[in-house]
Amino acid sequence: MSLGDSSTPLGKVRGLGSAREGGEHWLTERVTSIALLLLGVWLIASLLLLPDLSYRTVLEWLHGAGGAVPMALFVIIGFKHALDGMKVVVDDYVHEPGNNFALNTLLLFLAAGGGALALFALARIAFGGVA
Amino acid sequence: MTVSILHRITGSGLAIVGLAVLAWWLVATASGPDSYAVFAKVAGSPIGIIVLIGLTWAFFQHLLSGIRHLVMDTGAGFELGTNKRFAMLTMVGSILLTGALWVYLLGVVK
Repeated sequence: MSLGDSSTPLGKVRGLGSAREGGEHWLTERVTSIALLLLGVWLIASLLLLPDLSYRTVLEWLHGAGGAVPMALFVIIGFKHALDGMKVVVDDYVHEPGNNFALNTLLLFLAAGGGALALFALARIAFGGVA
Repeated sequence: MTVSILHRITGSGLAIVGLAVLAWWLVATASGPDSYAVFAKVAGSPIGIIVLIGLTWAFFQHLLSGIRHLVMDTGAGFELGTNKRFAMLTMVGSILLTGALWVYLLGVVK
């Protein structure tokens, strides 16, 4: 078997070949999970180290680069990882092609919309004044 | 088996509820003290705290079982005994971490 042929023995017998996609999705899920492992520990540690979780404290924390940059990464990578993960769940349980497409599209819109909303809020905090 | 399905359930919960709470928290902070006060009131209510404790547990469970999956992706840890011990460890770990975090949080904040 050549390195470029990822079809299973059963798939080969049936002449199905490989799906030709999915490998990148699988790897992206793992890479984002490692990033989120680091960012998740950062988030928990930050929340514990802040003197309190009042409006003022949280605003000042996310206004600075030390809070805003990792939080932006957490939002982008978190929504991407959530979308990739939910796609696996949907593909495993929703087999009817129309429903599968509809649900995956809905999830894509929710993730893109939610991620954009969170990033906009973060930008407003980071670039706005702290009165 | 149990831990594998827990990984999916906690992942789905974090994706839907967790990210919604995160987005709400960021939007509330960006919108000003009044919006933040509404978020803080809901988050600090008994139901809010139960949801947040649930999310914390889901986070730690998903994180630990995620590490288990990464190890298993390398082909390691498939022996029955090792596999079962690792699975148990993720569940014990997530409960201990959640407990420790909330004992600390509730002790400091209130």
